[in-house]
Amino acid sequence: MKWEQRKDLLGLKDLSREEIELVLDTAVPMKDILKRDIKKVPTLRGKAMVTVFYENSTRTRTSFELAGKYLSADTVNLGVSTSSVQKGESLKDTIRTLEMMGFDLMVIRHSMSGTPHYVARNTKMRVINAGDGVNEHPTQALLDMYTIREKKKTLEGLKVAIVGDILHSRVARSNIYGLTKFGCEVRVVGPSTLIPPEVEKLGVKSYYSLEEALKGVDVINVLRIQRERQQKGLFPSLDEYASLYMLQPEHLKLAREDVLVLHPGPMNRGIEISSAIADGNHAVIEEQVTNGVAVRMAILYLMMGGAKDEIAG
Amino acid sequence: MRLLVKGGRVVDPANDLDKVLDILVEDDKIVETGQNIYAEDCIIIEAHGKLVCPGFIDLHTHLREPGFEYKEDIYSGTRAAAAGGFTTVCCMPNTDPVADNKTVISFIKEQARVKGVVNVLPVGAISKKQEGQELSPIAELFQAGCVALSDDGRPVRRADLMRYAMEYAKMFDLPIFSHCEDRDLSGDGQVHEGFYSTYYGLKGIPAAAEEVMVARDIILSQLTGAKVHICHVSTRGSVELIRRAKEEGVNVTAEVTPHHLVLTDEVIGSYDADTKVNPPLRSREHVEALLKGLNEGVIDCIATDHAPHEREAKDCEYNMAAFGISGLETAIPVSMKLVHEGKLSLKRWVEAYTVKPASILNIDRGSLTPGGKADITIIDPELIKTVEVEKFYSRGWNTPFKGMKFKGWPFMTIVNGKIVFEDGEIKV
Amino acid sequence: MKLREKARIMDEAAMKRALTRIAHEIIERNKGVENVALVGIRRRGGPLAERLARKIEEIEGVKVPVGVLDITLYRDDLTTLSAYPLVHRTEIDFDINDRIIVLVDDVLYTGRTVRAALDALIDLGRPQCIQLAVLIDRGHRELPIKADFVGKNTPTSKLEIVNVLVKEYDGEDGVIIQEIIDDE
Repeated sequence: MKWEQRKDLLGLKDLSREEIELVLDTAVPMKDILKRDIKKVPTLRGKAMVTVFYENSTRTRTSFELAGKYLSADTVNLGVSTSSVQKGESLKDTIRTLEMMGFDLMVIRHSMSGTPHYVARNTKMRVINAGDGVNEHPTQALLDMYTIREKKKTLEGLKVAIVGDILHSRVARSNIYGLTKFGCEVRVVGPSTLIPPEVEKLGVKSYYSLEEALKGVDVINVLRIQRERQQKGLFPSLDEYASLYMLQPEHLKLAREDVLVLHPGPMNRGIEISSAIADGNHAVIEEQVTNGVAVRMAILYLMMGGAKDEIAG
Repeated sequence: MRLLVKGGRVVDPANDLDKVLDILVEDDKIVETGQNIYAEDCIIIEAHGKLVCPGFIDLHTHLREPGFEYKEDIYSGTRAAAAGGFTTVCCMPNTDPVADNKTVISFIKEQARVKGVVNVLPVGAISKKQEGQELSPIAELFQAGCVALSDDGRPVRRADLMRYAMEYAKMFDLPIFSHCEDRDLSGDGQVHEGFYSTYYGLKGIPAAAEEVMVARDIILSQLTGAKVHICHVSTRGSVELIRRAKEEGVNVTAEVTPHHLVLTDEVIGSYDADTKVNPPLRSREHVEALLKGLNEGVIDCIATDHAPHEREAKDCEYNMAAFGISGLETAIPVSMKLVHEGKLSLKRWVEAYTVKPASILNIDRGSLTPGGKADITIIDPELIKTVEVEKFYSRGWNTPFKGMKFKGWPFMTIVNGKIVFEDGEIKV
Repeated sequence: MKLREKARIMDEAAMKRALTRIAHEIIERNKGVENVALVGIRRRGGPLAERLARKIEEIEGVKVPVGVLDITLYRDDLTTLSAYPLVHRTEIDFDINDRIIVLVDDVLYTGRTVRAALDALIDLGRPQCIQLAVLIDRGHRELPIKADFVGKNTPTSKLEIVNVLVKEYDGEDGVIIQEIIDDE
């Protein structure tokens, strides 16, 4: 297995299919731990990890924190508002300081693409990308893939539609890089202004029509739409967006009978997804959250379980 | 003082020369070029196996002084120029204060005289403070010695102001150096908009952001008859617009940078901010069109857009990093790669650094004509060296070429008859 | 590292006899198997636990619950390994609280695996007691751990490797001793 060589998890574009499978396989026993009365194993005793989020996200941060705690790692959250970032400290100095405090691993979220890569180059700590700009959100895609695989038994050859603001979505990108490695037919659908240029070169099909895109799909992954895109002139109004792209019960008839509906959360009900779908029996949105903890435990185990000195930079 | 450059391959496109010749220099002038020149009491420069060219001229340099001396100043910038084989640089006006009046221009010229080692020709601002609202005192700038006008770095947004600038500049025959960028289209883009911006999730700058302004300025040149020089052309569309304009007799010229000629946007995947430059590194099709344009003369010259930055401006998040590449010291080796690969003729290459920029500036340099100023660039075309930023004379270490090996480096730089750079060392 | 088979200390029949004896001992020790469950330690403890359960059923006519325990996450040597082991599932689908749990493993050596298994088990609940059954006890304990039921005591050198083979994974039953030889 390749993991012993890998210092950082920066994105799914760099991961092989085998590595992804290893994460998903490892997440299965991790999920069992979540079901126990005593949700803790001593595996990462004496290891310390820090989550540094330059962008708000209660969900991902809490998920990482819990994953670390369930594995007995000491977990610290660096609140950006309470840290020296507010005092104008450079990112590099922040990283150095954390490294000197003795953290083994850093989980970083940043609004700017490539920042985790920059961080990883500048530290001996292991670095997990918890979302960088519009580049990647590897752990979200891994938990999506875990959820799909758990329900469908396999990822091989599935048809997956990703709906919404593809241009600004790191979730979409990571899903594309991951799913295409398993021979999935990935379709992206959204308004033309939110489909990135040359997206089909990533090995996906792009659509403007939701109805077209959903024909015969096994999975629909609905993305969150940000209000600020409207202010930038990328689409006229949320109402018009909803009229074209909100996932509603009649859409599911176009898909396969056992279609799964995923959403990375938090949801805008009535804009990108109707409540009837969000609360319906095709939605696996709540399970995604549980699986997120299991997948992050798997990643932490794989990244911190080995001997530190032997991991190449 | 006399210098005799012996036995080098003299490449002087202005005089259609390409043969082994000697050149005799006396004081600041070239006195003779010919075979087997014999002269007494002179310093002999052995140039066997070297290329002896007219002094290279860079139309597009940011010397950063006054105001940004922590990035570069006239001392370090002109040394970088000399080390890079340049004898003349045109320095851009986006300093602090902006070079929009004779005081700043005089200051730059005085600093260049006192601590510079190459010819420094200042470019004045088109608009006051480069704010794009009111014209700079163009007559005053001309009288103070500016050779061109530009709002480089802060392109003129208002078409009407650009029109007036062109009409007014025409009175003094000053070219307008236009940085063509529609800031609404480029927005907060970081890299070329295309496959790699999608793949690496970085905000793109479409080729159209440049092309709409190239089109505008060509049309305004047509309207006003002014000399317009398009800076750092980076797209296929721009090349085509310029080609058509030239065919129609529009008074337009253009430059391309070495980095846009040899790098594609594929390199952004490292998220190394040294690959961040404006206009951005483009995709293969654009790079190929630029080379074709340069070969065909649609693009007249190669200019560095030398944009040095302090370490902190690049050692950070990609989006936070400053745009720009420190280019003076790598221009020759990087662009000579194209000559070695047979993609660009030696004559065209030399022309693009010498007679072409000289004619755009309308200055009496860029050739080895006897009687002219003795600006000479001597290149060792076979020397192979790695780009080591730690050895740069420039304060800016920001280059995507760091650590890369190139063949063909400056051997000696002679400015106004004085050796200022020889074999890796500044001599003054 | 090269290995050479040095001796075969148990064949299929011997293994069967040993397991039969252990089954009898478990029944006798616990005065029946009413409250007994078997938990095999991955990997080869799993099939051995299954076989003991079948044997007990043959003798007593009672089906005892069987589970498998993966102790990877409880190992004490994780930080020293460069390649960390794969994690597998623990499959114990019965309540272990107040039961007599017989842990089953193939070889008892340093005792570290059993230590990890005890921790793993206790995280799952509070058994009435935990007993240990092993096919081979090869000595060299590093922790104060002792087996309750032993198939065979085999003195070994630390340079030797004891391999229990089971049909489920290895295609045959038996126990072999291998020794490390330098490949020169």
